[in-house]
Amino acid sequence: MNYKMVAYLLGRIFIIMAVLMCLPLILALVQKEDTCVGFIVAVLAQLLLGFFLCKRKPENSEIYAKEGLVVVAGCWLLTSLFGALPFYISGEIPSFIDAFFETVSGFTTTGATILNDIESLSMSALFWRSFTHWIGGMGVLVFVLAIMPKSHATQSMHIMRAEAPGPQVGKLVSRIQNTARILYAIYIALTLLEVACLCFAGLPFFDSLLNSFSTAGTGGFAIKNASIAAYDSAVVDMIITVFMFLFGINFSLFYLMLSGSILQALKSEELHWYLGMIGVATLLITLNILPQYKGFLNALRYAVFQVVSVITTTGFITADYEQWPVFSQTILMILLFVGACAGSTGGGLKVSRVLILIKASFSQMRQQIRPRSVTALHLEGKPLEAGVVTTVMAYMSIYAFTFVASHLLLSLDAFSYATNFTAVATCLNNVGPGLDAVGPVHNFSDFSLFSKIILSFDMLAGRLELFPMIALLSPTTWRRR
Amino acid sequence: MKIIIVGDGKVGMTLTEFLSQEGYDITVIDHNPKVVNHVINTYDVMAINGNGASYDILVEAGAARADLLIAATSSDELNILSCLMAKKIGAKNTIARVRNPEYAQQLVFLREELGLSMVVNPELEAAREISRILRFPTAIKLDCFSKGRVDLAEIKLPERGHLAGQRLCELYRICKEKILVCAVQREERVIIPDGNFVLAAGDKIHITGTHAALASFFKAIGMFKEKSKHVMIIGGGKISYYLAHQMLDIGVDIKIIEKDEARCLELSDRLPRATVICGDGTDQDTLIEEGLASSDACVVLTGIDEENIVVSLYAQSLGIAKVITKIDRISFTDMVESVGIDSFVSPKTITANRIIRYVRAMQASGEHSVKTLYKIVNNQAEALEFLIPQDCTYTNIPLKDLPTRKGILFASIIRRGRVIIPGGDDHLEAGDSVIVIAVAEDFIKNLEDIFM
Repeated sequence: MNYKMVAYLLGRIFIIMAVLMCLPLILALVQKEDTCVGFIVAVLAQLLLGFFLCKRKPENSEIYAKEGLVVVAGCWLLTSLFGALPFYISGEIPSFIDAFFETVSGFTTTGATILNDIESLSMSALFWRSFTHWIGGMGVLVFVLAIMPKSHATQSMHIMRAEAPGPQVGKLVSRIQNTARILYAIYIALTLLEVACLCFAGLPFFDSLLNSFSTAGTGGFAIKNASIAAYDSAVVDMIITVFMFLFGINFSLFYLMLSGSILQALKSEELHWYLGMIGVATLLITLNILPQYKGFLNALRYAVFQVVSVITTTGFITADYEQWPVFSQTILMILLFVGACAGSTGGGLKVSRVLILIKASFSQMRQQIRPRSVTALHLEGKPLEAGVVTTVMAYMSIYAFTFVASHLLLSLDAFSYATNFTAVATCLNNVGPGLDAVGPVHNFSDFSLFSKIILSFDMLAGRLELFPMIALLSPTTWRRR
Repeated sequence: MKIIIVGDGKVGMTLTEFLSQEGYDITVIDHNPKVVNHVINTYDVMAINGNGASYDILVEAGAARADLLIAATSSDELNILSCLMAKKIGAKNTIARVRNPEYAQQLVFLREELGLSMVVNPELEAAREISRILRFPTAIKLDCFSKGRVDLAEIKLPERGHLAGQRLCELYRICKEKILVCAVQREERVIIPDGNFVLAAGDKIHITGTHAALASFFKAIGMFKEKSKHVMIIGGGKISYYLAHQMLDIGVDIKIIEKDEARCLELSDRLPRATVICGDGTDQDTLIEEGLASSDACVVLTGIDEENIVVSLYAQSLGIAKVITKIDRISFTDMVESVGIDSFVSPKTITANRIIRYVRAMQASGEHSVKTLYKIVNNQAEALEFLIPQDCTYTNIPLKDLPTRKGILFASIIRRGRVIIPGGDDHLEAGDSVIVIAVAEDFIKNLEDIFM
């Protein structure tokens, strides 16, 4: 472990986070809200620590996979701790664990909340809540890479890989810094577009901005107690559905389209499956809930919103789907595991990983029947590299173990099985709402502190794709080389 | 600038490292997925797994918009094909590594008729460097500028000698020759010395001057070694062939020891004047029997670094005036120096240097560009040669008044064929060739870069 370099990189991240936190601070000062004390403390603490750690650049600036994992995990854990300070100090969330849970839920773009009354929060706190979604969506470190001086960027692929979602990480262009910049440019452009659309649909600017932040990160923090249902507008539903869908697409496809290869982008296998799953699920649910709603179009509006909201792991709500038939609820819970496309801001297993699993399973079955047959697996028209299938299988097992362990620990609280199961599922997949006591009209406030810590860990593990958080727990990581 | 490197073997990897440090957009194509993974993890470049001569792969790598494609796979034919394809797709320049001696004669055709910008032959380049050192064995390494008018020699100061403890400004008094100490390597550090710098035993110093001036300087300090007359080459690969060919032409007696009988026959067929011995060059008895002890120089060129090092140490222990070792893995160089082997060549570094020089020159517009470039002191410093253009604004100003950047030293000026070792009162003129030593952080791409 190159501790000095890890500390140095973390220091840089703290400084950048402090600068980003100045935005809600300014809002708090302008609105003369009590939260400004909390923000000032958090900004100063991060600046001081940041400058202390960055005082001297270590001579040995080599970082390898291990350091990459630790930097990413450490960064997410520590920025969540700092990010919780404003909520805690201002007293808007009296318990620190609750504040930490809320911030982790924000940065990991989960959108699970412990707040019973969201509307009672101050404007700056609401802003910070949604802004954490936006920062966490594309990744804190990708942002750091985008603005870091060139000389640090040589081995940053380890960092990019540890933070970026999906089984295979591809660069868009040869320089990692340019890749990060392109990703953020697309991200910012789409966010602004959504803000404009929502304003146009008649939402106040503040609401448009915050809801756009939540959509962009596929987070799901709403600023109304009733989530998006509070606006009760078909146009708003449609706009948010479309943008949730867009933010769930692999960003490299946007880059392909921008650089002129629209046809090639539309040929993406993952995109087809993503579209197909949304289409089939929407159709089934619409037919299933038709008796509860007036007319096909009305049913379609709620079905498509909820399907897209869950598959992209956003977690916005326009309908209390617990009133829907169990068949529809089950479809939503299945989609919750699938998640969005690799390389998007969404969570879950990722469509491409599911695709690889399906293909590998079929090829294994064929192998059982005809032991001598040889099949090469393809994804996106290219043969899969040898290690990828094994890695995905391993990911799947670790995912299952994490799931089983957390859900066993959670069962110490006296909740129903559906509550515990979906609570872990929704946190590990960064969605937000589950079923029963964590259903769309409930929240996580009743869990014990211990359970909240477990769920915070799950959210971080889910967002960072397990390995960084697991690496943090492994003693071999901390040994000196 | 966008560069595609096809084939990431030894040369490709070195190029990837150096060029990505210099800030170019690099895409690497290699058929081995493991290599591709390694490259992506280690350097800030894009890498594609596939065949570098396939149309689809080249298009995917962006050959249409590339400024340069460098083909350095192990196969000459693949390299040439890859360059031809890239050229047709739209790459502006292409460089191929071609090492088969049978193709060496058709290099001009490859360049002029097939449109390759440059053809490099690592073995031939290595042989040239070795033959330069053999002609002037006092030096550990020898680089030439301006078609051989100026030499840049590296020597190691012995424990007991005239130079240790001397101030540089007193050197002229000792030898009355116009030479300039332009870089000193003390342990791991590089120093660009001034007149008050005091030399110490064990320093490696880089000296520029004309060939004759350097020779009489070395005579004056008692370090001069005669040109090697009897050279033993251990290992009969491509470098050995090229080297023997060059040395035989200037009348040096050559003895090659090679294990493989068929290869021995081939060598003796192509080099009738050389003595070719079929035997194990790593075997002590064979070496003694063939008269290693009585040769002036021994060049160790087998394919295995470890064997080369051991045989070189043995040859040095026999007191042979000059031992030159081939080392393929650059990660070994520090260790090789520490065991006391001073003269070593690394074909891939030489090739990489040639290509980097081309890349830098390509980037600068026309006549401002780098004419010659050598990386010296374990790649920590660079020696560059420029031509001063007609419109240069820095002419006719005494050098001491020029706004040169830190870590830059004017080592020589070549004016109308005459070599000037510059002092603070000399000046530049249009049409001069100037040799500059640089340890600057940023890379020097054209003449403007050496000034503030």
